[in-house]
Formats: sequence, C-alpha cells, structure tokens
Amino acid sequence: MLRNALASAARPALQARSATTLSAGFPKVTQRQPTKYGGVYTVTLIPGDGIGNEITDSVKEIFEYVNAPIEWEQYNVSGMSSSGEELFKQAVESLRRNRVGLKGILFTPISQSGHVSWNVAMRQQLDIYASVVLCKSLPGFPTRHNNVDFAIIRENTEGEYSGLEHQSYPGVVESLKVSTRAKAERISRFAFDFALKNGRKKVTCVHKANIMKLGDGLFLNTFRKVAEEYKGAGIEFNDMIVDNTSMQLVARPSQFDVMVMPNLYGAIVSNIGAALVGGPGIVPGCNVGREYALFEPGCRHVAQDIMGTNKANPAAMILSATMMLRHLGLDNLADNIASATFDVINSGKVRTADMGGSATTSEFTGAIIKNVKL
Amino acid sequence: MLASRTLARGARVAAPSSQTFRRYASASPTAAFGGKKGINGKYTVTLVPGDGIGPEISQSVKDIYSAANVPIEWEEVSVTPILKGGKTVIPDAAISSVRKNTVALKGPLATPIGKGHVSLNLTLRRTFNLFANVRPCVSIKGFKTPYDDVNTVLIRENTEGEYSGIEHEIVDGVVQSIKLITWDASERVARYAFHYAQSQGRGRVTAVHKANIMKMSDGMFLSACRQVAKEFPDIHYDEDLLDRVCLQIVQNPKPYADRVMVMPNLYGDILSDMCAGLIGGLGLTPSGNIGRDASIFEAVHGSAPDIAGKGLANPTALLLSSLMMLRHMNLDSYASKIEKAALSTIAEGKSITGDLGGKASTKEYTSAIIEKLAKA
Repeated sequence: MLRNALASAARPALQARSATTLSAGFPKVTQRQPTKYGGVYTVTLIPGDGIGNEITDSVKEIFEYVNAPIEWEQYNVSGMSSSGEELFKQAVESLRRNRVGLKGILFTPISQSGHVSWNVAMRQQLDIYASVVLCKSLPGFPTRHNNVDFAIIRENTEGEYSGLEHQSYPGVVESLKVSTRAKAERISRFAFDFALKNGRKKVTCVHKANIMKLGDGLFLNTFRKVAEEYKGAGIEFNDMIVDNTSMQLVARPSQFDVMVMPNLYGAIVSNIGAALVGGPGIVPGCNVGREYALFEPGCRHVAQDIMGTNKANPAAMILSATMMLRHLGLDNLADNIASATFDVINSGKVRTADMGGSATTSEFTGAIIKNVKL
Repeated sequence: MLASRTLARGARVAAPSSQTFRRYASASPTAAFGGKKGINGKYTVTLVPGDGIGPEISQSVKDIYSAANVPIEWEEVSVTPILKGGKTVIPDAAISSVRKNTVALKGPLATPIGKGHVSLNLTLRRTFNLFANVRPCVSIKGFKTPYDDVNTVLIRENTEGEYSGIEHEIVDGVVQSIKLITWDASERVARYAFHYAQSQGRGRVTAVHKANIMKMSDGMFLSACRQVAKEFPDIHYDEDLLDRVCLQIVQNPKPYADRVMVMPNLYGDILSDMCAGLIGGLGLTPSGNIGRDASIFEAVHGSAPDIAGKGLANPTALLLSSLMMLRHMNLDSYASKIEKAALSTIAEGKSITGDLGGKASTKEYTSAIIEKLAKA
C-alpha cells in the first residue's frame, strides 16, 4: 500500500500521459514480491508459438544491452502439439515461483480432440484475472483514426471461456457462460483503480445485458454499485451495449477512456482497438492478479504466417516488457526502453512491414538499441 | 412428417461417430421466394410503416416504387401490440398478412417501455422462423468516413446461440447463461449463406468462429458449414477466428469484398454493427431476415422520435432494405435501377438529408431520386 503511494508520488510525469508513459502506473495489485536474488529478478519467459521466438529474442537482446537486472527462466512451450503438456506444467510452476513472467501467444488447435487453450488455462490456474490492453495512437504513425487513447480492462478467468460444454443430444450442444458477482466486482474495482491511478476520467462498462439479462445483468449491476463508491473521486461512468460499442469504436473512438467488460467482448474490443491504432504489433498488454503478473502482447495473435521470416514487429512485446520492468519497480529502465522504441517509430526510418516499412525484426531491434539512453 | 423425423433421428443416433447427420432439409435451396403475382400482375407485400419516423420513410419508399413501376402492391398493417387474453400480442391481421404474402418490409419500431412485453422483433422472429439475418455494408460514395472501400456481407444465425434466453442463478451471485448451438440451425444458416453467395456472385464463404475456445459448440457450427460446403464445390470455403476478422476488417476491409461471412448469433450481432460503423452508421445499412415461413426486410435504426413528423428523416436504410427484398423476389432489374438512382443522388450531395450533412427534407431527397429514375 505504502509502496504504491510512494511509487505514484515519485511519478508525477504520468499525469500528462504522453506516449512514453503509455503503460505507466497501472495498479500494482500483486502483493507477494517477485523473486529477487542479489539484485537480480528471475522472470519466467515463454516465447510462445509463431513469431514468439523472434520478438522475445528482440527483448532479450535489448535487456542484455541495457544490462537489465533480469534473469530469464525460459520454457519453450508450444501448443502446436499436445505433447508439450509436461513442459507447460513446468512453466506454470516456474511462474508460481517467480510470480512474474513474459509470454508470447501459444497456439490452440480448433479440433475437439486437441488440447484446451493453454493461454486460458494459465490465466485461470494463476487467477490472473485482469487483462489490461492499452490502445493509443502513436506520434509519427498516422492511421485512419487519431486521438485514440483508451484502456481495455477485461475479465480474464470466466464468462464464455469457462470451458464447460456438453452435447445433451446428438446435434445439440450447450456451452456455459459463467458470470459471478465476486469476479465482476473485483474487475470493476480494478478498472476504477486503474482510472484513478492513471488520471483517467471515465469508465465504460461494455455488456449485452439487454439479451443476457441475468449473466451480463449481474456484471452491469455490480459495476454500477462499485461505480457509486468512486463517484467521490470524480470518476464518471457509463455503460454501452457491445454491438453499439463496436460501432462507436470504428466511428468515434476518441469518446472512450477506460473500458471494462466480460471475457469474450474483451477479445473483440481489443482487436478492434489494436486495428484502430495500427495493429497487433504495437499494442502491449498484461494479465494481473493478486499473486502473479504475466506480460504479453495485448492483441493475442500467434501470427503463424510470418513466423521465422524476421518480419514481425517486436514493439508490442518490447512495450509489454517495459510494463513488466515498471511492475518490478525498474521505472527508469522501462522509460528509457519505451522512449527509444517510440522514438524509432516516430522518426519513421526503421519500421517493420506491418507499419509500412521494410525493416526486419533485427534491424528494428538494432535501431532501438542505438537510441536507448543509458 | 413426424414419422420421417423420428426415423431420421433414429438413423442419426446409429450413425458412426463422425458427424454424419441427417439432411432432410437439403433438397431445395433455403427459403427461396415462392410468391405468385396477383391478377393485376403485381406481388403483394406487407408493409409495416413502424413508429416515429417510420411512416415518413415508408412513404418515401412507396413514392419511389410507384415512380419506378415496381410490380408491387403494398398491404399496410400495424404491429402495435394489442391486449389479448391478458397478454400483449401482435394483431392477427398483421401475422396473417405476412404469412400470406411471405414478404414484408418493416420500418423502425419503438421499444415499448414497461414489463411483460416480449420484444416485437423477437415475436416476429419466432412466429415466422426467421433464422438468418443478412447484413450487407457497402461504402456510400458522397458520405465520407475513414473507410471508403467497404463491401461486406454478413449472415448471422438468428434463433439460438448466446441469445437462447436460457439463464439461471445457481447460487447467489453465480449465473450460468447457456449458449445453445444445434446442428439443424447451423446447417440451415450455412446453407443459406452458400445459396446467397452463389446467387449474388460472391465466390467465397468464410465461417467466423471461436472454436479454439468453444470447441464443441462453435466446433459443431463449423462442421455443419464444412458439410454444406461440400455441396457447393464452386464456392470457396474457409474459416477464420473472430479475433482475426475483427482486427483485419477494421484495419483494411477491402479483402472482405469477395465473400460472405457466416457466424453464430452474438458474433454476427457485434460484427454487423461494427461494419455499419465503418460506413457511417445504421442510417445507411439495410437488413433482411430470412425465414422458413416468411422473410422480413427492415431498417435496423431507431424510430428517432425527436425528428418524427418533421420531414427530416433519411429513408436510405429502409430503401436499401427494400432493394434486398426485390432481389430476394428475383426482381433484380428494378433493384439495380433504384439503387443507382439513390446512390448517385447521395454521391452528388445536392439533395441529401441532415444526417448526411445536407439540408434536404425527406421529400426533396425522394423527388431527387425519382427525377434520376425518370432520366434513366
């Protein structure tokens, strides 16, 4: 508590919220301290499938250059076949030990005989309940929209992702969406705390309570109750139906500030949000719970198609890694790496293909290293 | 019917574990229009003008149709709920009119406030088995948005999924909502999607899903689509994750111009409104509900009570919906003619309504279109 207060007092600059403080000051709810021996933090690293290896290599390279006090405990888990389950379990054990991780996205097979999503399993097992995704227009990189600046807070552990399904009769399948008051309340509180600590003004609850009157109704009503408690702090709130939200997002995205929503809507909104500001390659994110924090790109794509071609944009992973550094209290280091990344993007000379450039992943990484102040 | 159904079900249970389900509905293309011309050489179509701005925009459509000599006779009915046996229901006259004509055009309805009302749309959907919602979105020249190359068609399963309405609170603070997916409904909507792709000259059907997470429910939706795909060898079939589709359409909608997207209820609801947002909102997007017993084409925007009766409303959405109806009735030439006149009127920008940035009244906009029709 005191640590949080000190940390936020020491960071007055984040009120202005320039691009370089993109991920500054998200609530540090994790109570247990990360593993630290001799001034070095041990962090679990799961590169993931697709472009995961390339973009985490880029983070490793930068961290090595700036001599970040991080020791990686790497697990090359792959969701491409179910045989990796043993390694996956070890990776989760490692996360339990270290309490902090950096992760790419694991592939999930579509077929029914395939394993369940390990991405989801990890979030559920470690109860990292809040997904934070930041969508902000980057200076020097115009898209179809400008002045986009919102944060998506997504419930990560229940809802449509409960994994409970059954075939009651051949040709009739029921899939359960589970909504609980406890989880709705803690994610709503997280969203309002996030808004408070980041100087944001408004929290919007995204729902479909007109159709799912009980399930999403519970979410919405709980949100409203929590909202009352934050009225005194000057945080406004409203709610919006998810189909209208997606329409408003592509037409007038600047009306949104902080958005909080159940699991599935989060998947949709974070992808729309990423598309508004320039794609999954530049949108960072993290998953936070009371005990653990796992940092991964905000827009969860495996990107199998460009795997191994050295074309991937590592910015999302690098920015997620800077969020991790802030989480560990290494704010200066985080700021240096983040500003270097934004400078490279802003100057426009070295950009990867997804941003209209022709630079490779390694060239982009090299440019950041050249720009980073020590 | 009952006997054959039972037999078919029996056979299905005995069938091997791979998804070889029965195909009793497979013979004819889904929900094709089967109406006949009346003695005056015209088709009769039910018209529900609706509330708020509904009557004004319906009048505009009627004026344009008579100017274009469309062989349609309107049968106007009201669906304002009446009290019957203590329950609010849609008047029988409306139901029987739609049932008889099998096609209807519907303006916006105000949502009745208060308890006990089942939504009118839901009642219509149930009464006529409206199983597929078709939502095309095309960029309108003359109305600038950040996107100018949108041309998407989205077909949404309309009867089940997340909207099954089956929910319960197990213990205090724990709610289960059931997403119901059935093979029959999935197959039916998939079949319509392929049929639509074929008849509208789109060479590709993409099923949008989240089967990596909901393996059984969305998985079954996909296997129904795959099975139907085999019957349409000339249409390319593929599948894409909901996440990726959201991302890619918003980044660049152009590649989606070559296909029809088909998906379960909730995804369709969200994505169709998202696509509408790309081209400027619900005031410019048509919608059609295809059913077994009838098909209802409608404007999906609100009834705009604030400008009702002032002659300012934009009838474009209802007009475009009516054109979908004409194509459904195989009256394509009339549809193309009117579409051209309407779109060029908007593109010129001289007589457009306030919501599009112009100053024209509903009447002025309508007469501009009629003038164009006369010249064509």
